[in-house]
Amino acid sequence: MITLSFYSAAAASLLAAVSGMLAANSGIAEQSILPIGLPDLPFHLRLDALSGFFMTVIGLLSFFVSIYSVGYVKGFIGSRPVTRLIVFYCIFIAGMFMVALADDALFFLVSWEVMAAASYFLVMFEDEKTANRRAAFLYMVVAHVGAIAILLSFGVMAGLSAGFENFSGFTFDAMRQAEFPVRWATAAFLLAFFGFAAKAGAIPLHVWLPDAHPVAPSNISALMSGVMLKTAIYGMLRVTFDLISSFPWWWGAIVLTIGLLSAVMGVLYALMQHDLKRLLAYSSVENIGIILTGIGLAMIFVSFNLPVMAALAMTAALYHTLNHAMFKGLLFMGAGAVLHATHKRDMDEMGGLIHRMPWTAALFLIGCISISALPPFNGFVSEWLTFQAFLLSPSLPNQIMKLFMPMAAALLALTAALVAVAFVKVFGVTFLGHNRSGDISHVHEVDRHMRAGMIMSAVACLALGILPSLFIGWTDILIEQMAGARLSTSASAGGWLWLTPIAPERASYSGFMVFAGILAVYGIVYAILHVNPGKIRRGAIWDCGFEKLTNRMQYNSVSFSMPIRRIFGFLFFIKEDVQITKAPHPVFPVKLHYYLRIRDRFWFWLYMPVSKAAFWVSRKVGRLQQGRIQVYLIYSFLTIIVLLLVKSL
Amino acid sequence: MDLQTAAQINSFLAAFVLLTAFGMLAQKRIYSLIHLFAWQGFFLSINTAIVAYVAGKHHLYISSVLTLSLKVIALPYILHILVVKLKIRKEVETMVNIPTTMLIGIALVIFSYYLTAPVTELSRLITRSTIAVALATVMIGLLMMITRKKAVTQIIGFLAMENGLFFAATSATYGMPLVVELGVALDVLIAAFIFGIFFFHIHTTFDSLDVEQMTRLKEGD
Amino acid sequence: MNGSIVEILQIVILIGLAPAFAGWIKVVKCRMQGRTSPGLFRPYRDLAKLFSKDIVLAENASWIFRFTPYLVFGTVIIAGAVVPMLSTNLPLSLTADAIVLVGLFGIARFFTALAGMDIGTAFGGMGSSREMMVASLAEPAMLMAIFTVSLLCGSTSLSGIAGTVSGAGFIAKPSLAFAFFAFVLIALAENGRIPVDNPATHLELTMLHEAMILEYSGRHLALIEWAGMMKLFLFMAIGSALFFPFGIDAADNISGIPQAFVFLVVKLGAAGVVLVLIETGLAKMRLFRLTEFLGSAFLMATLGMLSFFILE
Repeated sequence: MITLSFYSAAAASLLAAVSGMLAANSGIAEQSILPIGLPDLPFHLRLDALSGFFMTVIGLLSFFVSIYSVGYVKGFIGSRPVTRLIVFYCIFIAGMFMVALADDALFFLVSWEVMAAASYFLVMFEDEKTANRRAAFLYMVVAHVGAIAILLSFGVMAGLSAGFENFSGFTFDAMRQAEFPVRWATAAFLLAFFGFAAKAGAIPLHVWLPDAHPVAPSNISALMSGVMLKTAIYGMLRVTFDLISSFPWWWGAIVLTIGLLSAVMGVLYALMQHDLKRLLAYSSVENIGIILTGIGLAMIFVSFNLPVMAALAMTAALYHTLNHAMFKGLLFMGAGAVLHATHKRDMDEMGGLIHRMPWTAALFLIGCISISALPPFNGFVSEWLTFQAFLLSPSLPNQIMKLFMPMAAALLALTAALVAVAFVKVFGVTFLGHNRSGDISHVHEVDRHMRAGMIMSAVACLALGILPSLFIGWTDILIEQMAGARLSTSASAGGWLWLTPIAPERASYSGFMVFAGILAVYGIVYAILHVNPGKIRRGAIWDCGFEKLTNRMQYNSVSFSMPIRRIFGFLFFIKEDVQITKAPHPVFPVKLHYYLRIRDRFWFWLYMPVSKAAFWVSRKVGRLQQGRIQVYLIYSFLTIIVLLLVKSL
Repeated sequence: MDLQTAAQINSFLAAFVLLTAFGMLAQKRIYSLIHLFAWQGFFLSINTAIVAYVAGKHHLYISSVLTLSLKVIALPYILHILVVKLKIRKEVETMVNIPTTMLIGIALVIFSYYLTAPVTELSRLITRSTIAVALATVMIGLLMMITRKKAVTQIIGFLAMENGLFFAATSATYGMPLVVELGVALDVLIAAFIFGIFFFHIHTTFDSLDVEQMTRLKEGD
Repeated sequence: MNGSIVEILQIVILIGLAPAFAGWIKVVKCRMQGRTSPGLFRPYRDLAKLFSKDIVLAENASWIFRFTPYLVFGTVIIAGAVVPMLSTNLPLSLTADAIVLVGLFGIARFFTALAGMDIGTAFGGMGSSREMMVASLAEPAMLMAIFTVSLLCGSTSLSGIAGTVSGAGFIAKPSLAFAFFAFVLIALAENGRIPVDNPATHLELTMLHEAMILEYSGRHLALIEWAGMMKLFLFMAIGSALFFPFGIDAADNISGIPQAFVFLVVKLGAAGVVLVLIETGLAKMRLFRLTEFLGSAFLMATLGMLSFFILE
């Protein structure tokens, strides 16, 4: 039953991905109107290049994850009602596809809510733990605050495009054709940006994300981090580039700033974590930041009417969107495999898993390399394209912008370098060394379905890394629709092997050559050295002759990130406490207890005041409730009188 | 020496002035701070001499020599003696940590570039591009005065500000009239002496040169 | 055709001369400190000795530990194929520009750090953690320096930059000078030289890079050491290609190569002397003072960028 339902989900996702691919490639929009929904408000559907691209992203990862889920969900049998998981899983995926297909505000919001509600129940899947219920609640609150903002934004646009008297403005077509006054357009944009940023988990609206993503089952985490966040990116692009379509440069500057903030802070928070899935969730905040950086850059270039540069920045952003879906999906699937095998999430109790789970380890490593933006894998290509877009900033006409852009690029470089630190830590602490919690002989490799899901996304990571010109060719029409210029003519000027975004003399990269080169040198050196290989003797660890090494002496995730914690510590609330139990001899204490707690500053700056205010207001409002029916009648009566008064004035 | 080379050397020296300004911002030892200040004066005086040569303004040679004798030799010497006499601790104490100060400094450079961009477009002098650097030097001097705790470092900040003003005058209009410049030079010298005397008094009154102690002067405490 | 010959020649020079360069640094350093030097060819003999030895592998070493030396060696060789040492006319130079080069060194470091953690010793983890910390601070500075130079030349391709700088004649630009200073600081950090790291010690308090590769032996160690020498050689070559590109052949003919080679040797010899002067004159820094060191590298590069916009 499980196998059948997940296979059908996989097939459906694959079909959607293929149709999305074709739509994005042809660039022709297909529309249809479904006569369901409210009377006079039918659902409008539209498949154009932009929704095709996001359909592909969602479809591909859903396909991989569905295959993976066949194995993963079997682990729950006997301990938990699996049916609920399967039903909501399918609704969740369907909701995401509907979001990408919606062509009117009503259907968009309905799909948006379907997606949010389904994912809420999925986060709540293991609902016996208080922490999970708390996380799900927080997720629900933030999702709805965001949804209200999106609703208001659509309201503004619908009202302006067809007047506030009738409903005909609610279709995206009407909004597309309308010309918005700058002030109202700004209001609509800011509301939409707020709402979508809350869903995407951009800082400072990210607090729900590191709580909600880790507690869901890992296949769900993979989908939530990998593609659900992308629907918010889709919404942002749809509203700014398609519905509003002309905007001043400072909108782009806002998006760019939020993006950089999310990127740097996201990776720093990620570095401080020792819970594997929580770390991955924070790293999603960082990647959303990188995508937003690309989008912001593209918006700035578009508003200054520099189409080629906008095309480059937009390609970088979309490329990273797809890349992030692939490697974050892979990493969450890997984390799920580890969780499946060890039943642990805390990295400091792991170690040495590479010997027990060689497949998972190798695939997880590919995910780590990809996300750390290292050649020849895919993360590097999108990051490289973003850097190239930044390097074109001197042609901007705005002086201040010109000077700040390279700084922004340096922040991006810092992010990339810190991600590498974080993922050396993740892989090193989880899979390498000795296990920190004792016996791991019961740990086993995962089954073939889970492996297949991971292998497919790993292959996608490599393919996207070494054949970027295929991607650029595929998104060509989409990029032209959004940015006004094509990239493919210049990008593949040197042939499909070389990626030359502007001109070969300017910059070029060939992931394939790097990959082939490393393999070739490896092969040659290996062959030369193994003509007459010396013996390999296995021995005890040397460690400078230090004896009596125990597994607890290894660096763990907390000690690994200590230097970074010390340098960037001022960004966090850090509470550190060392308690030493004294022994007769002061040099050799009996016991040492180390306590460390790191908390998000945003929680105190932004959310505590809001929640306090909410409690205050509700206490005040609570006084209105008397419990006597007469009082309630007085309320209604007063309301009617006031309304009548207002109307008569 | 043709104009092109002069402009090149000029912008190089401007870059060095900026570098020394940042160096002073980053420096933690008080002696190195004084040395850096002397270097800044040195670059300034060479720059003035070159501008004098290119523009054919002879009074600028006098300012150049004045800068050399005053800011490279006399003032650092006086500061040195102050530090020794007052037995000031050799570490500079800051209110804000150094990396943050540096970032603010970079932002100030960008800001002054933004401010001076219209001026630069109007000017036809070869030194026009250095106006932004001059303004940035003034601002960084002020920043230094704000972020340091000890009075001696504050006076160095003040003098660096004056360097910036002088530099601005040279690059924007090929220097102020000689009388003004002589007056300013005298002012600075006298200011340094007055500061010196002041320090001795502050030192004997508060037994410290920490300017935060001055809050004790407030009434009602 | 000529291009491919030059390409092969470059790689051969890189592989062949890197140990001699390391030996040269040792010789100069010994002279300067009044010691007897082990000779220019000592590194070759060391490598030969290591290659002939058996390998002792820790019991729990995984494939990552064994794969890393080959990968590190491979990335350095690819980098060597891209850097214009003799000629700017390299057929493979399209493979990677300056940013990709940073990425290539990044992946080598990534795996070395993993290898350090693979054995599960305290030293290995410590080395990995510290090396990654230094790298994460050096990388933005490095990129900023690259940005400055590429703004000046309108290209991130190393050959393109070398061509532009040498074609323009020797022009003193403040931005280039700042970028060069920043590059020197970063090169010291990236190659683990004094004052960032001390390549000559095996003391837990002072070592960064060495701590990661403590457990290596035999041909694995030889490959890593050799790659380290080549990396140092390459950084010097990159420095001379970006900032002092005279003598690098620009035309597509083979006859200019001997002259370019002589220039390369002279420049590298001088670079070695400068490196020794720096290393002899400075002491190793405390770990957490490195933030200031790398911060000043970043500041230099930023000032270079600013002075490009303001002064040029």
